[in-house]
Amino acid sequence: MPNVTVFVNGARIQMPTGSVVAAALAAARAPARISLGGEPRGPLCGMGICCECRVTIDGQPHRLSCQVVCAEGMQVSTDEAGIL
Amino acid sequence: MPSADVLIVGAGIVGAACAAELAARGADVAVLERDVVGSGATAAGMGHLVVIDDSPAQLALTRYSQRLWDAMVDADPSQHDHLRCGTIWVASDDEELAAIGPKQALYAANGIASQPLDAHTLYELEPKLRPGLAGGLLVPGDSVVYPPRTALALMERAAAAGARLLHGEAAALLPDGVRLADGSAIRAGAVVVATGARCPALLPELPIRPKKGHLAITDRYPGMVRHQLVELGYIKNAHAADGDTVSFNVQPRPSGQILIGSSRQPGVATRPIDFPMLARMVARAVAFMPALASCTMVRTWTGLRAATPDGLPLIGPHPARPGVWLATGHEGLGITTALGTAQLLAAQLLAQPAPIPPEPYLPQRLPELAAVA
Repeated sequence: MPNVTVFVNGARIQMPTGSVVAAALAAARAPARISLGGEPRGPLCGMGICCECRVTIDGQPHRLSCQVVCAEGMQVSTDEAGIL
Repeated sequence: MPSADVLIVGAGIVGAACAAELAARGADVAVLERDVVGSGATAAGMGHLVVIDDSPAQLALTRYSQRLWDAMVDADPSQHDHLRCGTIWVASDDEELAAIGPKQALYAANGIASQPLDAHTLYELEPKLRPGLAGGLLVPGDSVVYPPRTALALMERAAAAGARLLHGEAAALLPDGVRLADGSAIRAGAVVVATGARCPALLPELPIRPKKGHLAITDRYPGMVRHQLVELGYIKNAHAADGDTVSFNVQPRPSGQILIGSSRQPGVATRPIDFPMLARMVARAVAFMPALASCTMVRTWTGLRAATPDGLPLIGPHPARPGVWLATGHEGLGITTALGTAQLLAAQLLAQPAPIPPEPYLPQRLPELAAVA
């Protein structure tokens, strides 16, 4: 199966081509973001409705990781500081 | 049958503030709410605590109320989602810039600090504003809150002082109380009508018109907007008696979200989103702050302001209906002026001295209220 390489918070992650970014988060053991209350958040609905899986992709904040397909070299950063 | 010395109809922020103040002064108070506390215009508004200088009476009430807010928030900041972001009135051109000097002088005469900003300083404070603006006026004492939380806190304070919250919808005023939609009645020596744009349902003679507004809120973009930003044309637009208007008015929320206003549609009482109006409002915001175009909007909603013919609220006794009191008609300033309104109403109802001159807000100024058939 062909693979695609993405980076999650700088860590190199190999994913099967066609995977969504939410799957790369799972592979990287990374929560998508930190809630205002300080709790980790990750994909819940998996269909672009709940907005809990928001991440920054190639510098653009608030992308829905469950709706974006991994592309070669994609830089994904999760909100480890809890500001987004 | 329930009864109270004072029955307040409506547990929005105005009714809740009146309940808290009357109960604190020892009155036997009940509050009638058909929905939940703070769910009407209170939940729809921006929660911008702002001094407004379009008339001496408006300035007096907003300034006095702001002092009351400051005292309340300082006592427990966490209770109100309070953010002292200040207001920047944005001047688009030299004509608007020329209005800043007199505005600052008027504020200073009323003990309100403000600071004129040249274009350079404006962009230092708010780098995301579009290029080419002339300057602005910073009013650091203004702030923002989340009004439903405050309404709830005020109702809790009222309850702690003995007030009761009753669930039901007022259908008609009786000589000695209120009849509810289910046919039951509540007896009260005095009835305070605080139902905002819905007041004419109980008092058809009231010349209160709804003014529909739209708001939109974005996802979290911390630091993108740092002050409440309002175009200087806002007050002029807000007072346009007829025709729909939009103004640039954006607010940073403590969460990092950006609240985008504002629109006014006089006489419109429908609640669904009017998408052409929303588009106009957002286009106005983007014209002042192009970066907003790339932000994600997560929710939009509408609300109904209660507008009076002269732009001032109605606070005091109904001139032709003994035992009926009004606390309504605040248009877009009900959050700011709720606390001042409560002080004025409680003082009058209990025949105690008023903290500021109550005359400009007395309902008797309106000829429509002089004679009720």
